[in-house]
Amino acid sequence: MLNLFKMAFRNLGRHRRRSLLSALALSVSLALLLFMAAFFKGEMRTSMEDTLKLDSGHLQVRAAAYDPAKLSVAWEYLIENPAQVAAQIATLEQVKFATPRLIASGIVSVRDESTGVQIMGIDPASDANAPYRDGLLQGVFITADDRDGILIGAPLAESFQLKVGDSLNLLVNTAEGTVDEQSFSVRGIFSTGSSTYDKGLVLLPLAKTQSFSGAGNHASFIFIMLKDREQAEAVAAALVSPNFTVRTWTEMNELLVLINDFANAYITILNLIILGVTVTVIINTMLMAVLERTREIGILSALGMKGNQVIALFLAEASLLALGGIAVGLLAGWALSAYFGATGIYFGDIGVSGMVMGDRLYPYLMLEDVINLTITAFIVTLVASYYPARLASKMEPVEALRAEK
Amino acid sequence: MEVTKIENVTRVYKIGEVETKALGGVNLSIENGEFTALVGPSGSGKTTLLQMIGCLDQPTSGSVWVNGRDVTRLNRNQRADMRRGQIGFIFQFFALIPTLSAYENIEMPLLLNGVGAPERKARVEELLKAVDLADRAQNRPDQMSGGQQQRVAIARALATHPALILADEPTANLDTVNGEQVMEIMTRLNQETGVTFIFATHDPRVIKYARRVVTLRDGLIV
Repeated sequence: MLNLFKMAFRNLGRHRRRSLLSALALSVSLALLLFMAAFFKGEMRTSMEDTLKLDSGHLQVRAAAYDPAKLSVAWEYLIENPAQVAAQIATLEQVKFATPRLIASGIVSVRDESTGVQIMGIDPASDANAPYRDGLLQGVFITADDRDGILIGAPLAESFQLKVGDSLNLLVNTAEGTVDEQSFSVRGIFSTGSSTYDKGLVLLPLAKTQSFSGAGNHASFIFIMLKDREQAEAVAAALVSPNFTVRTWTEMNELLVLINDFANAYITILNLIILGVTVTVIINTMLMAVLERTREIGILSALGMKGNQVIALFLAEASLLALGGIAVGLLAGWALSAYFGATGIYFGDIGVSGMVMGDRLYPYLMLEDVINLTITAFIVTLVASYYPARLASKMEPVEALRAEK
Repeated sequence: MEVTKIENVTRVYKIGEVETKALGGVNLSIENGEFTALVGPSGSGKTTLLQMIGCLDQPTSGSVWVNGRDVTRLNRNQRADMRRGQIGFIFQFFALIPTLSAYENIEMPLLLNGVGAPERKARVEELLKAVDLADRAQNRPDQMSGGQQQRVAIARALATHPALILADEPTANLDTVNGEQVMEIMTRLNQETGVTFIFATHDPRVIKYARRVVTLRDGLIV
């Protein structure tokens, strides 16, 4: 066995450059596979995390008639006494935060420019708003009793050239179906890392949003974060009541789940293409090795080496080639993923409706992908080498001995 | 006792529509310990006959017995077993594995036979001494002369104590001095170990070493 690998190692050394190039082909493809896996995983992971913590939460408790597409603050669509409902929900052991949020549609205008926004009324004291508080670039966070303070996203501030202390006019669609308008003072400018999300969002204290929009003591939903998102179904079941609907994060983010599935299918096809190219290189190298060493195979046969031992010899060469290629590929793939995982890849504002996507994509390499792809690369190399190895094993000793080389 | 017996062996090669008869019904019996030369011009069937005895090729008809077994009835793997255990080969072109040292080349048949490490080491060292190459053990084929390479091939052929050693033109690629040295070593080993040698040649200087000469012409023994 040891001798087999020793022979295999020396055989690879006969054409060092060719062996190195073949191993390199495997290294490059494995590095690419790992980086692609990390890229997609990173993309899905961050957009899922951002969507959950900023937009949907793990659960939402809504009034039975609530329609998120309408952004209506008409009372029949809303939850009454939301603070009380949220406080009750927060007593559940699995719940991390439960906070009421009121969503209304509005228009921000500054001088003669205007843009449509989503107004989100929040309870400033709730820890659920940490992503906004921690994302403050300038100014301070709003307080619950602030009557004319507003928080705006950085892209909005930039497009209207607003800074802390500046005023803006906010128009809101009220519960009665009319519009109301008020001037607000910018208390702070935040960035959640997703320009798409930030450019269309302004934050007001819940009480102010309720009075401004005529929603009274109502909220659109109770935004719930759990200690473990896998508990969503169980908690949802516990919260069922005739007055409310409870939606879990998987129900609310169907598009994201769908895109995740699509990405997995897409990455499988890409993997197959990359592996297919690598297989061609490896088959070519091993076939050359077999054809060049025909007479040697004849000698080994004459010495009594059997077909399966000839196969084993060539597979040993392929294994060594694979091990070398995989070692370098792992290192390169890990280094690429780690580097971009730390610095991120800037994509900017490439928002997809229904999805929160960060401006920077942080590849995230998972151990599971590393193990799966490494094993796949190894097996693929051996499978690719099997045909040339079998060809060698089928050679008639007499014919092989007659060969030039 | 006969180590090999050939009965009515024919071998016809078919290339396209053309049939070439390499052996046309050969009968031959070789006794244990013989030192026999197969002689004849190129194309007379010497190499083909050696390949039949060596289980490298199968006759078109007839039977070949080696050590009491009809090898024409064996399958591919059984023939490989036969070559590994009973037969040693020496080829005209030295036929060493270029990536292995002299030591490792001699060790190869022992490894294929599953011989244990201490026994292997003792056997290889003994053989290296027997062919006067103890100081060349670690040299690879490209670091040795043709004569030295052929001596390694002889040692390798002897490694597993085969019943029979088949040598196809063993001196054809050697100068006179090296050729004679190789023949002397083969003669000595035949006498010392009693192993049977059958060698094909058309070189009169080699034929003189033989104790029995079998002449072939156009695929027939004459």
